[in-house]
Amino acid sequence: MSDVKVVKTLDCTGLLCPMPVVKTFKTIKEMQVGDVLEMIATDPGAMPDMKAWANQTQHELLEATEAGGKFKFLIKKTH
Amino acid sequence: MANGTNKLALIASKGTLDWAYPPFILANAAAAMGWDVGIFFTFYGLPLLKKDLKLSVTPVGNPAMPMKMPFGPEGFQNINWPIPNLITANIPGFESVAVSLMKKGFKNKGVATIEELRETALEMDVKMIGCQMTMDVFGFKKEDFIDKAEIGGAAAFLQFASDANVSLFV
Repeated sequence: MSDVKVVKTLDCTGLLCPMPVVKTFKTIKEMQVGDVLEMIATDPGAMPDMKAWANQTQHELLEATEAGGKFKFLIKKTH
Repeated sequence: MANGTNKLALIASKGTLDWAYPPFILANAAAAMGWDVGIFFTFYGLPLLKKDLKLSVTPVGNPAMPMKMPFGPEGFQNINWPIPNLITANIPGFESVAVSLMKKGFKNKGVATIEELRETALEMDVKMIGCQMTMDVFGFKKEDFIDKAEIGGAAAFLQFASDANVSLFV
C-alpha cells in the first residue's frame, strides 16, 4: 500500500472554507491523470468537505487522516 | 468533469461585508466540485459586482453580530463586547471601526476576502448576472461593474435556474 507516489504537495495550512477545495480543484486540473496530490490543511471542515469534493468530482481520495491538528489528504486524479 | 450535470443557481440580494460571503463561498465550493454555477445579483446585492468594492457592515440593530477584538490573548479575543445601539449608532466612526475589526478578524482566521473569492469564482467560470431593473432604479451603469458581469432580468435568471439542482436566495 505504500507504493503511492506523491507528485505534488499543496499546503492549505491556515486557510478556511472554501479555499482548501478551491485550491485542490485548481491544482489537480494542472496535473496528469493517475497523478497523486497530497493536500495539507488545518481547517477541521476540510475533512467532510474533501470527502464531499472527491465524491462530487469522482477523483479518488486514497487517504484522509488527521494528526496533531493537521489534516492530510491523498487524492488521485482519475479523469 | 465526470459530474457535469450538477448546477447551482444563487440570488445574492445583500451587499454588506458579512452577507457578501455566503453566495461567494457557495459559488466557489460548487465550482470547485465541477458544478455549473450562476449568481444573480439583485437589489442590495448588485454592488457586489462593482469594480471597486467598498463593503461595510454595521452592528446597529443587529444584536446577533458579535463584537470581538481580533488581537490580544485568546480569552480577550473571545469576549463578546455588549455595545448598546445608542453607542453604535451615535459615536462617529463606530461603523468604520466595526468594519475594520471584522476584516481583521476574518483575515486572522484565514478567511479569503470578498475580492479574492469573486476572482477565484470567475476563474472557475462562475456566471455572474447583474439585475437590469436594480441598475435602472439605483442608477448603476454597466461600466461600474467588472467586465465579466452579464446583465439580465428575472426571466434570464429563471431560465438559468430552471434546470438547477440547487437554488438558493441569499
